[in-house]
Amino acid sequence: MSENVSGPLTAESIAGAAYIVAALLFILSLAGLSRHEKARSGVIYGITGMVIALAATTWLTLQGAWGTGHGLTGLALLAGAVLVGGAIGLWRARVVEMTGMPELIALLHSFVGLAAVLVGWNGHLEVPALSADLMAVHHAEVFIGVFIGAVTFTGSIVAFLKLSARMKSSPLTLPGKNAINLGALAAFIALTVWYVNDSQLWLLIIVTVLALGLGWHLVASIGGGDMPVVVSMLNSYSGWAAAAAGFLLNNDLLIITGALVGSSGAYLSYIMCKAMNRSFISVIAGGFGIAAPSGADTEYGEHREITAQATAEMLSNATSVVITPGYGMAVAQAQYPVAELVHQLRERGVNVRFGIHPVAGRLPGHMNVLLAEAKVPYDIVLEMDEINEDLDGTSVVLVIGANDTVNPSAAEDPSSPIAGMPVLRVWEADNVVVFKRSMAAGYAGVQNPLFFRENSQMLFGDAKQRVEDILRAF
Amino acid sequence: MTRIGIVAELGHETRVAATPTTVKQLLGLGYEVVVEKGAGESASFRDEAYAEAGAVIVGADDAWGSEVVLRINQPTEEEIGRLADGATLIGSLSPGLRPELVEALAARPITALALDAVPRISRAQSMDVLSSMANIAGYRAVIEAAHEFGRFFTGQVTAAGKVPPAKVLVAGAGVAGLAAIGAASSLGAIVRATDPRPEVADQVKSIGGTYLKVEVAEQMQSSDGYAKATSEAYNARAAEIYTEQARDVDIIITTALIPGRPAPKLLTAEDVAGMRAGSVIVDMAAGQGGNVEGSVAGQRVVTDNGVVILGYTDLPARLPAQASQLYGTNMLNLLKLLTKDKDGVLRIDFDDVVQRSVTVVRDGEKTWPPPPVQVSAAPVGKTETGTAVESTAPKKKQGLSAAVKAGIFATGIAVLFWINAVAPAPLPQHFTVLMLSIVVGFYVIGKVHHALHTPLMSVTNAISGIIVVGALLQVTSENPVMQVLAAVSVLLASINIFGGFAVTRRMLAMFSRGEKTRS
Repeated sequence: MSENVSGPLTAESIAGAAYIVAALLFILSLAGLSRHEKARSGVIYGITGMVIALAATTWLTLQGAWGTGHGLTGLALLAGAVLVGGAIGLWRARVVEMTGMPELIALLHSFVGLAAVLVGWNGHLEVPALSADLMAVHHAEVFIGVFIGAVTFTGSIVAFLKLSARMKSSPLTLPGKNAINLGALAAFIALTVWYVNDSQLWLLIIVTVLALGLGWHLVASIGGGDMPVVVSMLNSYSGWAAAAAGFLLNNDLLIITGALVGSSGAYLSYIMCKAMNRSFISVIAGGFGIAAPSGADTEYGEHREITAQATAEMLSNATSVVITPGYGMAVAQAQYPVAELVHQLRERGVNVRFGIHPVAGRLPGHMNVLLAEAKVPYDIVLEMDEINEDLDGTSVVLVIGANDTVNPSAAEDPSSPIAGMPVLRVWEADNVVVFKRSMAAGYAGVQNPLFFRENSQMLFGDAKQRVEDILRAF
Repeated sequence: MTRIGIVAELGHETRVAATPTTVKQLLGLGYEVVVEKGAGESASFRDEAYAEAGAVIVGADDAWGSEVVLRINQPTEEEIGRLADGATLIGSLSPGLRPELVEALAARPITALALDAVPRISRAQSMDVLSSMANIAGYRAVIEAAHEFGRFFTGQVTAAGKVPPAKVLVAGAGVAGLAAIGAASSLGAIVRATDPRPEVADQVKSIGGTYLKVEVAEQMQSSDGYAKATSEAYNARAAEIYTEQARDVDIIITTALIPGRPAPKLLTAEDVAGMRAGSVIVDMAAGQGGNVEGSVAGQRVVTDNGVVILGYTDLPARLPAQASQLYGTNMLNLLKLLTKDKDGVLRIDFDDVVQRSVTVVRDGEKTWPPPPVQVSAAPVGKTETGTAVESTAPKKKQGLSAAVKAGIFATGIAVLFWINAVAPAPLPQHFTVLMLSIVVGFYVIGKVHHALHTPLMSVTNAISGIIVVGALLQVTSENPVMQVLAAVSVLLASINIFGGFAVTRRMLAMFSRGEKTRS
């Protein structure tokens, strides 16, 4: 890097100090999200940190390149890119539907991935003067950075396409897909060794294509219902891509931030996997249906239907109501009528709460955001573990667009494919009304015995319309 | 198209086998429906209402001549003769108690289905007419008792003095018993209940009663969902309880029935003699011999000491509209099962345990009694089968073994050690920073509120845009290709930074506490 200024207070040392401050602010920003009350100030910390880091880096760049021709072009490009990028970012953030959050987030991950690839390529193009040892390290860093970045990029693009229904959400099952994934990894290691010894541009091109392909295949072979895990996994990858860039550029801020983001994504993936009682590897390797479904052809019997009118009556006689929403609520855009229903029930003195399963929706915390958008107070929106004890003794549970997350066979049938997955124990309530389009099985492809329980009744049709019917019946 | 005939009942029966509501749904199954003139009159369902629902009002002969005849009570010999050849009769036939009726039915080339013979499995609950009628009877028993009882049920403190609440004892916590407990406790009485099956204690409690446990070293589990006969030690202790209770309570409602046997005697004449004048006993088992000594089926009896014993056997029929509605719905659900294709053609599938159980006579051939159906109502049996299933089920989610995990962990540590040992100068420092950041990251993220996971993802999105720093350092390069690449990554990272922070702020602004509705 540029070392043209002498003295204790150099542009370098100022930037270094700014980076440490920025890193601290980023940590505080994430820490702020531990409570709703502090969350907004957390974002302020994050923005401040970003401003400090960018100002310091820009200052550093200015110091080095001021007055030179290419420096000025660079600055012009910089200003242009920031303005355009910022405008696009702000515009998307303003217009995005809350149901479309997963797509936006997946897309944003892909940008980080692509940026990491480009930074890596630049690392190849501009080789600093280094000793042989360090040169090898530099080459390895370029390679690793490009690889992670490219996997993140195409993986996120596929996730985006699947989430926005531009691509079929069912898992792609190529023959020997695990072999393909492992083969790609092995090829990557071999290519890295080769590149370290002989840094040819074509090797870098090959590894980029390889990683792009791997990212594509990895996510394409994971089904739509596992998207919460995939999105948080890509979140993690985008962090590691940034950390790899930090190694390449000797920049601690990038390493710290990358590690924070990387561990954030990894932790979320871990929570998701635990909530589905599956190992991370099995999700990444893809395919729930691979494990043969339970052979037992259990007779479930007849389900009972209920009308919106009768549901309204049941609700108005209830003392406590718990609503367990799932992705179906988001699909039907039913959060507004649901919020209105909650409002009316609370006016009548009914104790209404929400029970959110960790993997409800297509993004960790997705349901919470949707309900918040519809102005449901967050203190009645509870986590699965907080509400499960209270379900026994609840008058009515409304299951809106959820299926596998309320499946009793997870708790009761050891041979079920979803056995052991923690679920909302809604069947312990006095009455359960299930809002559903049809009797089709859930994402896991497992029949849900809940529908045939004596205390549950089905309300078929579009969730939004049915909830509106209930509101009319009041 | 098959024609269903709703025929009128005989004698004092007030109920009817289908209501205008169920007629409409029967039509929906593809049937044609005729109703005998005046069939629903005593249940307040007028002929006009049936006609409006789509049924045709016909004379008795036409109704009996239908391909399918729906009935409440057992038919007489004469009525069996009115059925057309090949017809199907559905009703409460009590085939277990009336073998001669089964023979009479089998003498004709007809099919007879007993609605009261559905097995007690969850799937068949919607057609279990015994349960639905018992529910009504239990409620009505309390109403009859309240009518005879010269006092309030609920306790009150009035200007004219204090009124103690009535004490009600319900013997047998089956469907009828539970309905009686519920009705009596919602009228305000103190309700106690006895039952030989200890597992009903929670059900009794849940509807407001107190369960009186008979303390003997014996537990009854029932494999078919009905109560069974009890042992002698148990009976002796139970008798003591009934004697004690009889002196204390004002109202006793007995519901104890054992299928295929005379009803057990729970209260002796001495117990009844020990009760206060004005007390009321409703013996719901009077039709099967009675639980109470001195009760007479269908009669109101007043003992010498002024205790009223009601032995009514027509309790459901005393709520005719309600009873017809539930009976009609049970009937409808059976027909739904028999008309899978909704094409108005009745088919009986003997592979279905429910359909097999209800069929008493098929095409003139006696098919009673059906093979027994085991239901898993017994908790002890359940746990046994539960463990058995667990042990046979393959261990699906067997993760990596502890040794393998330890091995992987050790390898990871060794690799980290090796890299740092051989790596040149700046690398170990970078690893230090990386490691510490990961640890900090995990602790910080672990504390993030579950509800804020989506904002967490968008804010991490924004800060991972910090990769822009790398691009910034490269944008002033002398190599124009690099400049372009760097500018593109600055652009992408800027979308992230601005978009990520903006959308996080937008989301967080939506989260609001419920203060308005609270205060």
